[in-house]
Amino acid sequence: MKSRDFSRSLWVFHLNTGSCNGCDIEILAALTPRYDVERFGMKLVGSPRHADVLLVTGPVTRDMEDKLKRVYAQTPDPKVVMVVGNCGNTGDVFYESYNLAGPADRLIPVDVYVPGCPPRPEAVIYGVVKAWKLLEEGKRR
Amino acid sequence: MRKAGDIIGQESRDTYSICVGPVHPALKEPVRLNLRVRGERIEHVDFELSQVHRGIEWMGTRRNPIQILYLSERICGICNICHTFAFCRAVESIAGIEVPPRARYIRTIVAELERIHSHILWAGVAAHELGFDSAMHYAFRAREKVLDVIENLTGNRIMKAIMMIGGVRRDMDKGQARLVMEAADFYSRCSRKLEKIFLGDPVIKSRTRDTGILTRHDCLALCSVGPTARASGVRKDVRQDEPYGAYPDVGVKAMTPDEITGETRGDVYDRIAVRLREIKQSADIIGRCVKDMPEGKIAHEDKANVLLGELRGVQGEGIGRHEAPRGEVFHYVKLVGEEAPYSWKVRAPTYNNLLSWIPMMLGAQIADIPVIAASIDPCMSCTNRAVVTGPGRRQVLGQDMLHDLSVKRTRELRRGLRP
Repeated sequence: MKSRDFSRSLWVFHLNTGSCNGCDIEILAALTPRYDVERFGMKLVGSPRHADVLLVTGPVTRDMEDKLKRVYAQTPDPKVVMVVGNCGNTGDVFYESYNLAGPADRLIPVDVYVPGCPPRPEAVIYGVVKAWKLLEEGKRR
Repeated sequence: MRKAGDIIGQESRDTYSICVGPVHPALKEPVRLNLRVRGERIEHVDFELSQVHRGIEWMGTRRNPIQILYLSERICGICNICHTFAFCRAVESIAGIEVPPRARYIRTIVAELERIHSHILWAGVAAHELGFDSAMHYAFRAREKVLDVIENLTGNRIMKAIMMIGGVRRDMDKGQARLVMEAADFYSRCSRKLEKIFLGDPVIKSRTRDTGILTRHDCLALCSVGPTARASGVRKDVRQDEPYGAYPDVGVKAMTPDEITGETRGDVYDRIAVRLREIKQSADIIGRCVKDMPEGKIAHEDKANVLLGELRGVQGEGIGRHEAPRGEVFHYVKLVGEEAPYSWKVRAPTYNNLLSWIPMMLGAQIADIPVIAASIDPCMSCTNRAVVTGPGRRQVLGQDMLHDLSVKRTRELRRGLRP
């Protein structure tokens, strides 16, 4: 996969919608020295209003449903939504739970799916690179 | 939707309500804190849970015990061994299954590796909350080694899937034993270095000393567990009080801050000290387990279908306890001779420790909230237990509402009794 130019630094907002922390610590591992995506200018930001990528983990519980929609609305365009982890993609072991509003793509449009329970940091980075390509090619709004 | 002020109560001209979360950069997981402040001082603290409730216990009553193993791992990604360990112990105690000695040692080694991983992760997060990002990156780099060892032993970095009812799934060979020993040595040294960074640094010391104090009295009254309780001088540790696995052979002693710093104050500094010293303690336990590892079988029964058949005929109730990195985790299981358990109850350590936020935060400054919140190492995904839902409505019953309902009911009864 070759990118034409690395003209922009991706800023990522991470939203936990009921995840078990497994994906969250792998995302942290991707940001910290061994995998270190910060060298490409990617970093986690504190507000969705600063972000290019919305990174969603967790199966989206009912309580987090409207927070997810609101955070999605607050992220400025153009943006890419990435779902990390099996439970955000399909529900996984929680598929039959009575308290799920998810999976995430039922509620907001999702561009990149990263499967795995939890996905390895390499997989998270691969997903972010795909998101980057989508943004560069202007495929997303 | 209620406003923060409604929950907190009366607002006056001098006080101000702040609502933190559930989506907030200082909180790694969804939880909502409602605070009332006067100037910079916190006067009142309340919190709301239920954002992460996934109905795991309910799903457990529709699955068989081996499927529940995978479900219980996903209660919490950081302490996944703890939940499977406690669940296995509960089911084993019902079925009267004896775990082979080698399996007990492997379980202990993996559980202690997880404790190292969790405590270092916590140290990194605490450093980040203090604005000390270089220490955070140092801690996270140090953590990668234990993840490599865990991956080598179990096949996964995070979800270990090594526990089985009546034993473990994978054996440990000589090469792996050597790797584990190397890691134990590395973390003995690493713990000293982290202690030097965290306990010796004057800035960290001034931020954390006498911040978020939990007195021994409050700690006992609120039933705090784990490092939070030990930092307040309560010698409480399941590995010491009710040894299981390989702990009876190793002999674990609860770690309190007076052994490290010479005094017990129960503040954030003490909690850092206890956790960092426990990394060394875990490394020592792992070293001893690898040296004394007995030979033999690693599981009571290799075939899952035979084991399931055995469990299907069992009836009774059982309790499993385990000292997780955050404190005691407790599982209750009731089997009634069917495929799925009749009941499954999980009590995670953060459930106890969350209440200690209140005495810790009262009187503290707003800027101290993140570090105090992080100091108990909260794990919301373990904790969220109950939410009241119904078609088209959602309601959380608070104490006030329950009290009002109770008063109303008394009045109605009184009216009915009148002649």
